[in-house]
Amino acid sequence: MNILVCISKTPDTTAKIAFVEGNTKFDENGVQWIINPYDEWYSLVRAIELKEKNPNVIIHLITVGGADTEPIIRKALALGGDEAIRVNNTSNDSMVVAQEIAAVAKGGAYDMILTGKETIDYNSASIGSMLCALLDTTFIPNAISLDVNGNTAIVKREIEGGEETCETNIPFILSCQKGMAEQRIPNMRGIMAARTKPLKVLEATIHNETTSIQQFDIPPAKSGVKLVDPSNMDELVRLLKEEAKVI
Amino acid sequence: MVLIYIDQDEQEIKKASFEAISYGAALAKQLGTHAEGILLGTVKESVEALGKYGVSIVHQVTNSGLNNFDASVHATVVTEAAKKLGATVIVFAHNINGKAIAPAVAVKLNAGLVAGACALPKTDAGFVVTKTVFSGKAFASIKIETPIKVISVNQNSFGVIVGEGNATLENLDLPVPASKIKITSIDKIKGEVPLTEASLVVSGGRGLKGPENWGILLDLAKALGASTACSRPVSDADWRPHHEHVGQTGIQIAPNLYIAIGISGAIQHLAGVNRSKTIVVINKDPEAPFFKAADYGVIGDAFEVVPALTAAILKSKAGA
Ligand SMILES: Cc1cc2nc3c(=O)[nH]c(=O)nc-3n(C[C@H](O)[C@H](O)[C@H](O)COP(=O)(O)OP(=O)(O)OC[C@H]3O[C@@H](n4cnc5c(N)ncnc54)[C@H](O)[C@@H]3O)c2cc1C
Repeated sequence: MNILVCISKTPDTTAKIAFVEGNTKFDENGVQWIINPYDEWYSLVRAIELKEKNPNVIIHLITVGGADTEPIIRKALALGGDEAIRVNNTSNDSMVVAQEIAAVAKGGAYDMILTGKETIDYNSASIGSMLCALLDTTFIPNAISLDVNGNTAIVKREIEGGEETCETNIPFILSCQKGMAEQRIPNMRGIMAARTKPLKVLEATIHNETTSIQQFDIPPAKSGVKLVDPSNMDELVRLLKEEAKVI
Repeated sequence: MVLIYIDQDEQEIKKASFEAISYGAALAKQLGTHAEGILLGTVKESVEALGKYGVSIVHQVTNSGLNNFDASVHATVVTEAAKKLGATVIVFAHNINGKAIAPAVAVKLNAGLVAGACALPKTDAGFVVTKTVFSGKAFASIKIETPIKVISVNQNSFGVIVGEGNATLENLDLPVPASKIKITSIDKIKGEVPLTEASLVVSGGRGLKGPENWGILLDLAKALGASTACSRPVSDADWRPHHEHVGQTGIQIAPNLYIAIGISGAIQHLAGVNRSKTIVVINKDPEAPFFKAADYGVIGDAFEVVPALTAAILKSKAGA
């Protein structure tokens, strides 16, 4: 069984968010990069768990990005990916990224493609759904559990106000979120092994962007907190009613 | 024409759709055109009543197979509808279903997508939409370069605009592909407003010390008619269910009022709630970082402050 896990590089959750070049570029100065938490903690670790149960599973990793994504891909290999592909395209347009992944997936006969629910930088939650259209394959979003039985997958997914359990056959695409698996730390053996695992670089083939980022802005800071005396909750209720007008 | 996807669940139109329609109608006005809706499946309530949010026509594909959500099938039908009706902009709510189909529709229509818009586009020079990025820590203005555009609108960012009028209901006959997903069970927490739709949210952190102490928070939520949320360590420790976890790795919400009780305000937590209109922080530590992101703060012991706040709310409601 071949699983393709999509890996994205994102700034660490505590990274300072600032912009340069007239607010048109993210300021990468001093930023620590991580694997997008949804990709790492949920899709990748669940793929590894499936492999632990079934040695016939091969975990393929794909990332679309420049050479600076390689440490991230090596970490994903250290966690338990078997081999990796990097498509050398630095576009920020999800449509371009999805088309690059689809081009690889078309040639790969993958039984399942796993993505994270969204990336923590652009928060578009788009790649899984775009792959669904590009590959004409079933897509189940917001998956919180996945079990595979022969050709059938049993998936639980979050819906508004609850959960839904469903079944589908391979091939399929899932976007994964909390519940799917638990975060793991790579061990020394994994880190050593990752150095020699195959990492293939493919040149970019998609160049038509459908969107372009014009500018970034930082939201204005709150004007300052108004402190209310803990013994005067009537005053807080009054402020919420009359000043904030929210209750 | 601006086409708005009307999302339903168990034959009830989702609240997020009212906001999507309001946004689509305002956008149509800005572009000098009109707004129409597309509804898949059948619903129990009046579809005509959606006119008051600004759609003149609602097209309905009344195939009951569409009452079960399948991203692939729904995206195909919405795409065919958009083509047949000649839509130039397609608007979705950026909720679970909207996120799952808007990108697929964008692919099928060769359209540029902005997922998670938080304001109307600027259309004086091109078509530029602002969205939140870095989990709410920044905004990006994104230009859509294609003739057809797809937008999903962040929940609680534009608001619901209620006007007058009824929409005309028109049946739309489109082929519906067979779903390859078999839904075996649906588990819903009955009678609770989903967090992403809630306008009032009361949230608790590790400062409440243990699940046995949640009573004071639940009483406050009940007095307000609010939904409940929690910080990540609280759901990790199973003090509260996972679906209540808000933050960068949980759900992102933007209610009118967010009351944070015994939550320190870590950057990852703030990322999920900083779009809330009004934030109240109750914490015994005056140095808690959350106070910097708050509108109103109470420095005090939650075990005393929260019951007092509940009492004050009940008193105010009884008096009103
Ligand atoms: C990659 C990553 C992703 C993360 N994602 C998330 C996320 O999505 N959501 C999230 O919430 N966290 C997330 N975290 C964790 C986050 O960093 C914090 O650890 C977490 O938010 C802290 O939760 P807390 O505020 O409940 O607990 P604490 O930080 O322990 O704060 C408890 C607070 O309660 C106050 N307190 C104690 N007793 C009382 C009392 N009697 N009355 C009033 N106040 C009291 C204390 O002063 C303190 O401020 C993430 C972390 C990482 C590394």
